Amino acid sequence: MSRVLVGVKRVIDYAVKIRVKPDNSGVVTDGVKHSMNPFCEIAVEEAVKLKEKKLIKEVVAVSCGPTQATETIRTALAMGCDRGIHVEVTGKDYESMGPLQVSKILAALAKREEASLVIVGKQAIDDDCNQTGQMTAALLDWPQGTFASEVTLEGDKVKVVREIDGGLETIKINMPAVLTADLRLNTPRYATLPNIMKAKKKKIANMKPAELGVDMVSRGPGGGSEGDILRGLLAVEQSSRQHGGLISSSRTHLHPAIVATDFHDSSSLKGYSETLSFTELIQPTGG
Amino acid sequence: MTFALRPARRLYPQLSAYTVVQYRTIKEHTLKNAGWERVIPALRSVCGDDGVSLSEAVREQHGRDESVHRCCPPDVVVWPRSVEEVSALAKICHHHRLPIIPFGTGTGLEGGVGAVKGGVCFSLRNMDRVLDLHQEDFDVTVEPGVTRKGLNSYLRDTGLWFPVDPGADASLCGMAATSASGTNAVRYGTMRENVLNLEVVLADGTIIHTAGRGRRTRKTSAGYNLTNLFVGSEGTLGLITKTTLRLYGVPEAVVSAVCTFPSVQAAVDSTVQILQAGVPIARIEFLDDVMMNACNSFNSLSYPVAPTLFLEFHGTENSLEEQVTVTEEITRDNGGSDFSWARDAETRGRLWKARHDAWYASLALRPGCKAYSTDVCVPLSLLPQIIVETKKDLVLNRITGPIAGHVGDGNFHCILVLDPDDQEEVTRVHEFTERLARRALALNGTCTGEHGVGLGKRALLREEMGPQVIEVMQGLKATLDPKNIMNPGKVL
Repeated sequence: MSRVLVGVKRVIDYAVKIRVKPDNSGVVTDGVKHSMNPFCEIAVEEAVKLKEKKLIKEVVAVSCGPTQATETIRTALAMGCDRGIHVEVTGKDYESMGPLQVSKILAALAKREEASLVIVGKQAIDDDCNQTGQMTAALLDWPQGTFASEVTLEGDKVKVVREIDGGLETIKINMPAVLTADLRLNTPRYATLPNIMKAKKKKIANMKPAELGVDMVSRGPGGGSEGDILRGLLAVEQSSRQHGGLISSSRTHLHPAIVATDFHDSSSLKGYSETLSFTELIQPTGG
Repeated sequence: MTFALRPARRLYPQLSAYTVVQYRTIKEHTLKNAGWERVIPALRSVCGDDGVSLSEAVREQHGRDESVHRCCPPDVVVWPRSVEEVSALAKICHHHRLPIIPFGTGTGLEGGVGAVKGGVCFSLRNMDRVLDLHQEDFDVTVEPGVTRKGLNSYLRDTGLWFPVDPGADASLCGMAATSASGTNAVRYGTMRENVLNLEVVLADGTIIHTAGRGRRTRKTSAGYNLTNLFVGSEGTLGLITKTTLRLYGVPEAVVSAVCTFPSVQAAVDSTVQILQAGVPIARIEFLDDVMMNACNSFNSLSYPVAPTLFLEFHGTENSLEEQVTVTEEITRDNGGSDFSWARDAETRGRLWKARHDAWYASLALRPGCKAYSTDVCVPLSLLPQIIVETKKDLVLNRITGPIAGHVGDGNFHCILVLDPDDQEEVTRVHEFTERLARRALALNGTCTGEHGVGLGKRALLREEMGPQVIEVMQGLKATLDPKNIMNPGKVL
């Protein structure tokens, strides 16, 4: 029987109102409530469910980041994971850490732990990248079942129902594989107090990216530190909504061409090809 | 356009005019001397230009809740951001004798936020922090903008929850103000038992902590119980700006069950015996045959059309097995049948769907109509009697009134579905609710188990309490709010 690796990310709690830093360099994170990324919760739940069905033997939760990342691993342990791995990334490395670095770490760990499945959330709610799972699969040269809304193990293959634009797509891929969890995969359980107490006794191994042979710097094509692939430049708050205005009558403000058209008579619509800009549609005439 | 204020002489005046929205110009309210030209800038200086609104739409939104009472918009709505701002605004209102109406989520069921004398509506939703969570002490303090679902979402990683669950996603401070309750009061209690401390702003702006600042003990015998004086005061004694709540551990496992009975008596007898057997049952809900029929139609289910109990058990895996076994035996002894139970979340949801959709199923009985919920509560042993008499009354007067009840507390709701434009039906229903309330009072009960007195039950409160008690209540009101500006026209 097999081992599953689950990646979990510590993000600002989904219910918190995000505020931009006064210097526009990013968002305020100090003193703000953080919790496990909701899609990661779904990934953990799926892995724990597989273990409860006795289809896999062990679930290992992984998180990359500073010390606080261990809180997120503890939550995963309280949900039923067996042990955790905290890959310590701090300072500048943490600020510039993105899907590429995380996927390198997950790939290295997947090999080291001899995992048959790597399950992550489809995306994180802070960066919405939706890249880590796919990059991990590519680095490992493993098949991927992304946007999973249903996962069934069938011997040494996995049947995945994926949520796609047109509806649902069912694929069957070989294990080992990478899966990314979508919203409808399951409903994550709440951690109960007794499980939180038990989780305190479970082991969390601590290691640095270098021990896994992973280089945390992201380099652009030019090489050297000048070409960071991903660098945050500016964070700006959404402009507040402007007041609407009341107009007295729609008829007086519509473009004459629209007023003249009989929309019930389809023949009058054929050949109607005039393109109107929005401002032309609503003319502030003296009406 | 202005309409004259109609004095609330009848017990349920709200049932006589649903759709009349009271428009009153700013000039019409009680303020005679100073004039709004001085007050509005004063209010703005406290909570900023954005924190004060005179717009008609905003005022209308803040003049109604989820009851059937007509909208009574305030003259102005303010959004304070801190208790200091609340206090400063209260001082202004106190000086100018302007009514103060606290507003949480507007999900009340008794018209508590209607500004019957105009005034200033304090919308507290911007004060929405969860403060001071103490996991090992099982307590947390929240501001008025935090709702019960919001708090439980915040607590989801801690293994703790706040179990009081009225139907709406209400503000926790609002729930404290109305002494709200929910479906699991039978095990976890109502707000009365779960509020440890309150921060309250009085009519003159004074800020007090009812149990002392920062105190959060599970029990106390220090001085007068001011905390529970304000719980249930519905904004008539002060504005609640913080509440310290008692938390519980999330149940390890949950089992739900459903059982049908040959009569109301059998269902309630089972309830009493289950409680006597010491089963720590978490939820025990009663639906009568009319309601079961409505639920079957609404959800295309096929439950037997008979008095039904919906039960929920919380505990460890082992204890659940014992609880369910004991309960099943009791129901069988009382003629119960079709006892089905479920452990996993999906099946539990399906079993309880009938109960969850009760309100909508009732409305669906007569599309286009509105619904009003009664809320009487009697001692457990007298529940069969009052339900049987009430059902007779409903049939005799051709009123659509499926019944759903928190039978473990002796509290039941008659969901009265009526056409608000049919004056004759409105009157008939009105008189029915009066009779029901009086029936409950005659059986040592109360006219409101969990919704509050609000606008419509003040006369009933007088009957329930008696003149001397009302005098004591009025004395307290006069002491804490001599100018009668705190939510006038409610409770007393």
